Amino acid sequence: MTDSKYFTTTKKGEIFELKAELNSDKKEKKKEAVKKVIASMTVGKDVSALFPDVVNCMQTDNLELKKLVYLYLMNYAKSQPDMAIMAVNTFVKDCEDPNPLIRALAVRTMGCIRVDKITEYLCEPLRKCLKDEDPYVRKTAAVCVAKLHDINAQLVEDQGFLDTLKDLISDSNPMVVANAVAALSEIAESHPSSNLLDLNPQSINKLLTALNECTEWGQIFILDCLANYMPKDDREAQSICERVTPRLSHANSAVVLSAVKVLMKFMEMLSKDLDYYGTLLKKLAPPLVTLLSAEPELQYVALRNINLIVQKRPEILKHEMKVFFVKYNDPIYVKLEKLDIMIRLASQANIAQVLAELKEYATEVDVDFVRKAVRAIGRCAIKVEQSAERCVSTLLDLIQTKVNYVVQEAIVVIKDIFRKYPNKYESVIATLCENLDSLDEPEARAAMIWIVGEYAERIDNADELLESFLEGFHDESTQVQLQLLTAIVKLFLKKPTETQELVQQVLSLATQDSDNPDLRDRGYIYWRLLSTDPVAAKEVVLAEKPLISEETDLIEPTLLDELICYIGTLASVYHKPPSAFVEGSRGVVHKSLPPRTGSSESAESPDTAPSGVQAAEQPAVIPTQGDLLGDLLNLDLGPPVSGPPLATSVQMGAVDLLGGGLDSLMGGSNTFAPAPSTTVPTTLGAPLGSGLGDLFDLTGGVGTLSGSYVAPKTVWLPAMKAKGLEISGTFSRQVGSISMDLVLTNKALQVMSDFAIQFNRNSFGLAPAAPLQVHAPLAPNQSVEISLPLNTVGSVMKMDPLNNLQVAVKNNIDVFYFSTLYPLHILFVEDGKMERQMFLATWKDIANENEAQFQIKDCSLNADAVSSKLQGSNIFTIAKRNVEGQDMLYQSLKLTNGIWVLAELRIQPSNPSFTLSLKCRAPEVSQYVYQAYETILKN
Amino acid sequence: MCFQQKMIHSLFLINCSGDIFLEKHWKSVVSQSVCDYFFEAQEKAIDVENVPPVISTPHHYLISIYRDKIFFVSVIQTEVPPLFVIEFLHRVADTFQDYFGECSETAIKDNVVIVYELLEEMLDNGFPLATESNILKELIKPPTILRSVVNSITGSSNVGDTLPTGQLSNIPWRRAGVKYTNNEAYFDVVEEIDAIIDKSGSTVFAEIQGVIDSCIKLSGMPDLSLSFMNPRLLDDVSFHPCIRFKRWESERVLSFIPPDGNFRLISYRVSSQNLVAIPVYVKHMISFKENSSSGRFDVTIGPKQNMGKTVEGVVMTVHMPKAVLNMNLTATQGSYTFDPVTKVLTWDVGKITPQKLPNLKGIVNLQSGAPKPEENPSLNIQFKIQQLAISGLKVNRLDMYGEKYKPFKGVKYITKAGKFQVRT
Repeated sequence: MTDSKYFTTTKKGEIFELKAELNSDKKEKKKEAVKKVIASMTVGKDVSALFPDVVNCMQTDNLELKKLVYLYLMNYAKSQPDMAIMAVNTFVKDCEDPNPLIRALAVRTMGCIRVDKITEYLCEPLRKCLKDEDPYVRKTAAVCVAKLHDINAQLVEDQGFLDTLKDLISDSNPMVVANAVAALSEIAESHPSSNLLDLNPQSINKLLTALNECTEWGQIFILDCLANYMPKDDREAQSICERVTPRLSHANSAVVLSAVKVLMKFMEMLSKDLDYYGTLLKKLAPPLVTLLSAEPELQYVALRNINLIVQKRPEILKHEMKVFFVKYNDPIYVKLEKLDIMIRLASQANIAQVLAELKEYATEVDVDFVRKAVRAIGRCAIKVEQSAERCVSTLLDLIQTKVNYVVQEAIVVIKDIFRKYPNKYESVIATLCENLDSLDEPEARAAMIWIVGEYAERIDNADELLESFLEGFHDESTQVQLQLLTAIVKLFLKKPTETQELVQQVLSLATQDSDNPDLRDRGYIYWRLLSTDPVAAKEVVLAEKPLISEETDLIEPTLLDELICYIGTLASVYHKPPSAFVEGSRGVVHKSLPPRTGSSESAESPDTAPSGVQAAEQPAVIPTQGDLLGDLLNLDLGPPVSGPPLATSVQMGAVDLLGGGLDSLMGGSNTFAPAPSTTVPTTLGAPLGSGLGDLFDLTGGVGTLSGSYVAPKTVWLPAMKAKGLEISGTFSRQVGSISMDLVLTNKALQVMSDFAIQFNRNSFGLAPAAPLQVHAPLAPNQSVEISLPLNTVGSVMKMDPLNNLQVAVKNNIDVFYFSTLYPLHILFVEDGKMERQMFLATWKDIANENEAQFQIKDCSLNADAVSSKLQGSNIFTIAKRNVEGQDMLYQSLKLTNGIWVLAELRIQPSNPSFTLSLKCRAPEVSQYVYQAYETILKN
Repeated sequence: MCFQQKMIHSLFLINCSGDIFLEKHWKSVVSQSVCDYFFEAQEKAIDVENVPPVISTPHHYLISIYRDKIFFVSVIQTEVPPLFVIEFLHRVADTFQDYFGECSETAIKDNVVIVYELLEEMLDNGFPLATESNILKELIKPPTILRSVVNSITGSSNVGDTLPTGQLSNIPWRRAGVKYTNNEAYFDVVEEIDAIIDKSGSTVFAEIQGVIDSCIKLSGMPDLSLSFMNPRLLDDVSFHPCIRFKRWESERVLSFIPPDGNFRLISYRVSSQNLVAIPVYVKHMISFKENSSSGRFDVTIGPKQNMGKTVEGVVMTVHMPKAVLNMNLTATQGSYTFDPVTKVLTWDVGKITPQKLPNLKGIVNLQSGAPKPEENPSLNIQFKIQQLAISGLKVNRLDMYGEKYKPFKGVKYITKAGKFQVRT
């Protein structure tokens, strides 16, 4: 008597048969038929044709039958909206049923039917259910608001359901509170600007109380919501932490990890000297370790998060190395993660143990794992200097095994060890060279070639070795080709007499026979260097390389801080901020760790306040801004650790290179590319020279001395939100200096003093250039105008929107936060006029997908007026053309960080709408540039 | 308008041969084709255990667990805590186990309507609704042979029509009005030793994973206190929500109103190495000769710190290298099998008697011409010791408040090997 009988209908006429049974008079037969329909649904069969017949079974006293029909409705209502209306009456009636189970079921099901017409009927029953006497119904209704919001947000707002939902946070039943929080969080996610979850100490207190009493799932919602709260000082942070720590002992791992997130975040506010800080650190270790004894899937997620946690606070797990030792039957995805964490925790104290383990792993069966283990040995050598020798000998042992992939990995990491400890382990080169023939992976080949080139003077037959690679030059991957080119040039500079032929061969292979622009460019640069100035060539190519950093794979600190705020989420599994991968995340708010604001701290040190840890170590990693420019930077760097020979020359001015510099370089090379090979070196001198000249020619087109357009001041921080302090302001740019013009008004009854201001990191590094000077205390009802000079040398973090600026203002009363959008034109620099030639080349050079088009409507100015108006804000007109009666303005501007934006503005005399086309290598800025155009032209 | 779904959008159940045998959608229907990404990953992983639990596809994320030969694959569309999903999926599997006695494809297909009702009851719009077995069983009655016969005769249903009592009380895990004629409370202290022993026999890593599983059949609303002789052993503990955390913090006593029936009261971990006794040792000699297609195999297992108790249920499994064709061994005790396809050697030893240690030795036949295997096989050992908690944990006493009757109480201890590996 099992349900599998429902699957055994004859294929032919199945639907027809079911139809007959559904319309049967016998109750029992009806129910059986509905069950058959559901069974078909579970295996993905389409039974939507039975819609009217199933809906007819809805009016019944049998709860099971009712539930089954509801299940069916949820699946198919969307495809049969008109039919679904038939069900409305029953729903409305069921919402009034004396049985709370039926009331809840009805409101819940109605919310799942995503048909607009039905939602209208849902409002009244939902309103009643939100105020139902039974908490089971209320909690179901709370979730229903979120569903309805998803279908029709406007309706939910108009009907005032959001307010009712907010009231439910104070409900007497903890389950209702938890569901209300969950619903509000979900709604808030699609409306990042709305202030739905207005968290304050009172509501936090309610949440913390509900936390103790609600179910495990509710606890997760509440903890995730708490994590978004910004405690006002360290005392409040500590008291929340104290109430959250018991959750670390929960059996549900998701609860534990959400609690860890709250603690990791709020810990940021606690002073390290505090006893409690140490206690908390100790309390965090056991639950994290416990997660590793759970099911492998849970372990995996836990490990990805632990990876972040050990980077942020290595002290938590520094004694727990052994729990990360790999078990032979762990799934591969767990093994790889454990290995990663082992390396992060490796230190002088435990390195012997770690190495012994790694060597063990290197003889396992799984190829991916073995490779990673070998790589890990290399990373240990780089991380713990004392162990380097041991690591090298372990690697040599592994090379002796002659297992092909082990050898290749070992060579790749030995190259890194050479980079870190030059002139120390070169004695092993001979052993490496023995294995030359077995290398068939590009990375290993490139590494070996690098080693041969770098130590060419010590390898007798270096030229033979490199020559052997040259034979199949065109079949090699780009990585190997680039490396080979560089290595041979190095060899030539070291042993010029016998290798002339070789170098000529590789240069011509790279420049003429290759269609890879990177390779060609590098080839030309070497060629020119060698032919014009061999001494300079030597300086560039054989320059001393910077030592590779201890850990090249550390997550960049600002990203790490952001990810810490996302512990437990998908972002933490992928180690990417949600904005980078979640679909439809138009309005994701960037989260950041709270700055440490001690309650007892005096007011005079606002500049030292930002989260101390990040300031301490800022390795030279590309800032997040790199997202914008990353592709440019990567253009010529080849494999990142293999020591690009151009490294030194790149440093000549990252800004220029990022902006117009590279364009002119490219533009230059286009002109001489077709030149015949033999004459190339001689004829190239001139164009290159001028190209480089352009690179530094920034004097052209100095802007007018009048200032840019200044918007009228608006209120940024209303007095209500800042205990009586009102701040309004605007931004301006005058003669090359940016300032923030502020009016501070005291609307409170007490005197305000000790003002200070601080910016969060932002997209363009805007920062106050001087402290906020308010000379006298601000009496009640008094205002003061201040112009705060700004510079753009602050820390950079990409914001969303790009021009968002988060500001903290402090006075004797409290610290207040607000954020504002600055018009981009304050960042347009005075030397933003590009030369005509360069403009043309650059315009062609920028890919078409980087072009953005905008309409500027209702602007009645003529071309000249537009041009002069824009010039005032450092948008320079380079050329003006009249094409078929339209005026075309070609314009350029440059941002403070060196990004160039090129514009084409089309003006038709009869039409007040202008068309603006923008081209920029960092297309993210285009939209904001367009906004700046609008602002300037319309004011 | 945007169609976003928090949490689980859809669930697919897939068997080992790659058939989707059940799908459930909590909102709009997602096409089965989304599972193709999963199959792709499965193919890449070769072994079923190695399929990564989080897979990203162009429009969705697939979060999956593998339990009892079934993949539970959930489809999600927005940022969501993966642990939340994984925990929930395990809870679904637990519930099936609880309802049908086993979590298998047959059991699920046989009860597909109940499965559907359960899934609907457990999740609403991505918010878990009722996941406690006690509450679920009041809403949807588990199938029994008797009930299905009765149902089909009388036409009554297996859906409860009143609100579960525990659902909204402060003790959602217990239903009201529980009645037993025999009132009993049993506790099983089960400890598993996870260890890695290196070639030379020294312990690389060892820890004890312990749980106290309870079976409580007590009438009314009993309030229990369980105390230990040596509670200090327990410094890393996870509790069932019923336990009052404050009491534990201050007095080291487990105080709780128990759920009705079987449940896990606490799980704990003991890790400092000197506390972890290793009850068996293994002497091994596994070698492959260079350039000859054979090797030697010789393993002896003996008792070590076993506190005077018998080590029984000993089974050794070894994943031999690929080049091994066959093994000709003699066991002084128990029986062995070697599967030439999977290359797994299993030796079922049974009980260890210290007077005559079990030994397995003989010849390993290698594929001729194949290079000497580089990797050394790890030995996985399973064993059981009755009446012993290897950590030394001991229950002191159990007190009951709130009810008048005298319950029957019992505590059982058992130690087992968890992931216990010996490297050779």
